Amino acid sequence: MSAAALAPRTPLLEVRDLAVTFTGPGGVARAVDGVDLTVDEGETVGLVGESGCGKSVTALALLRLIEPPGHIAHGSSVRLEGRDLLALGTKEIRAVRGNHVALVFQEPLSALNPVRRVGAQIAEAIRAHEPVTRATARWRAVELLGTVGIPDAPRRASAYAHQLSGGMRQRVMLAMALACRPKLLLADEPTTALDVTIQAEILELLDGLQRRLGMAVLLITHNLGIVAERTRRVYVMYAGQIVEEAPTERLFAAPAHPYTEGLLAAVPRLDLRRERLRAIPGQVPPADAWPAGCRFHPRCPHAWERCRTELPPLLPVAEGRKARCWLVQEPDRRQA
Amino acid sequence: MSPWRVAGRRFVRNRAAVAGAALVALLVLVAAVGPLCTGDPLAQPDPVRLQDRPPSGAHWLGTDPYSRDVLSRTVSAARVSLGIGVGAALLAVTLGTAVGLAAGVAGRRTDQLLMRGVDVAMALPRIFFLLAVFAVWEQAPPVAVALLIALTGWFQTSRIVRAEVLSLREADFVAAARALGVPEGRIARRHLLPHLAGPIIVSASLDVGNIILLEAGLSYLGLGIRPPTPTWGNMIMDGKDVLFSAPWVALAPGLALILTVVAFNLAGDGLRDALDPKARA
Repeated sequence: MSAAALAPRTPLLEVRDLAVTFTGPGGVARAVDGVDLTVDEGETVGLVGESGCGKSVTALALLRLIEPPGHIAHGSSVRLEGRDLLALGTKEIRAVRGNHVALVFQEPLSALNPVRRVGAQIAEAIRAHEPVTRATARWRAVELLGTVGIPDAPRRASAYAHQLSGGMRQRVMLAMALACRPKLLLADEPTTALDVTIQAEILELLDGLQRRLGMAVLLITHNLGIVAERTRRVYVMYAGQIVEEAPTERLFAAPAHPYTEGLLAAVPRLDLRRERLRAIPGQVPPADAWPAGCRFHPRCPHAWERCRTELPPLLPVAEGRKARCWLVQEPDRRQA
Repeated sequence: MSPWRVAGRRFVRNRAAVAGAALVALLVLVAAVGPLCTGDPLAQPDPVRLQDRPPSGAHWLGTDPYSRDVLSRTVSAARVSLGIGVGAALLAVTLGTAVGLAAGVAGRRTDQLLMRGVDVAMALPRIFFLLAVFAVWEQAPPVAVALLIALTGWFQTSRIVRAEVLSLREADFVAAARALGVPEGRIARRHLLPHLAGPIIVSASLDVGNIILLEAGLSYLGLGIRPPTPTWGNMIMDGKDVLFSAPWVALAPGLALILTVVAFNLAGDGLRDALDPKARA
């Protein structure tokens, strides 16, 4: 592990300065604004943030699934094993989608076509990338349903989405995503629509599949508990930017960015008796009106003049750790 | 249970729709087999003494001013009217679906081009256009009549289909298919078309009634399909001068026309209720 980590090598996914703009009647909104992130082969990485911080848009942008009026800005770069996905032609990017990089959606009921049998939809994912016969694809779809733990797979394959439970549907979505054994799975809030017990089942399944297939997972969620248990590294996103990047344990032990601190403090804990849940004051600003300076300054308990005017870059805190906060340079400014 | 079977059950529970569908089936049967059982619709057995005879054992629906058997003519005209109605409706709906789907799936520029073209086409008065064409083209065969009616009748369908496609394109399952690398053409055929089937079928069945009325109007004016080939329209024209002395001449084709249009509209409304996803409880 240490030798491989020291040797310079291309990460599986390397995103540099990714920006996504939406042009609306009120002007241009930069929903994602200069995101850098990397995912190594087989690694599980978390991307955390509140609703509206741009994490889903980031996931869609990685596969170039942004629809007008949204656009990926010039100067963005998304490299998969060194190959620039943003420079690919329509056919080439289609060959990447679902084949090398797959996306699991948040709401499995609406992500499945209500008038088609689930088996046919899985078979379609296979046939989009491999020249196999209808019968072979169908057979593999049934096999995949078994792999994702659906009992009585041959019969379930001819079911419609509305005939399955929420957990089953998400298993079907996983089967579709894994149909071509992708190297990277983008899981966008994969368990948010599910009951807590089912959530755990699906995450267990995902863990097992990941180990078996050796794929990397970018786990996008607002649930810090999931991140703590399942990821090795975390990116925290706020207002379209990465504000902190750290190995998971270190982030939870000692958050470097006040926003991360706020998020962690807002998690209800059983071991500490507290009268009320703590919340971060204020709201995420809308994407067409990011505040000047540090985007978190209006909600930050430590903010001073510099924060109001100067946007901090991602400053190195320690090995593998960065935070977008002036406190890194001026720790004395921290309020007690 | 498949969505189609759900729709089928709902259709069967709707009595008016079932009645309409049964009537349509009966009409199709009459149009297919009827002319084989009745006499020659063009025969004029005795133009002098058998004019405008009331219904009798020999002529169940009487005779017209040329002594022709009204029943034979009405049944024979059913074949022409239904043929043109169904044929033109199918063609119009196919065209409309193709254009609407293309406009909805293709980029903004193609969409704008196609839809502004449709706007212009819809601004042209269809009936006057058809009148002018058939006034010049006197010997237009029934196929040409159906073709021209279809070519001037697909605009509304294309708009409906395009609107459906635009809203479907936002659906998560389309995004999911795209994220799996399914080609756009396949998404259009496998994901969009099945959802469009409802509006398309409804549009087609309601079109049949309208087209039959349109064709009857044209032939009433002596255009389109010319006498002596019987159509309900030119039969009504034959009967209008003797409306009071021999009402059966106009009444038989008139009732057939009303019955047909009502049948298709009932069936069409039933299909709409059965296939409308919003009504799905």
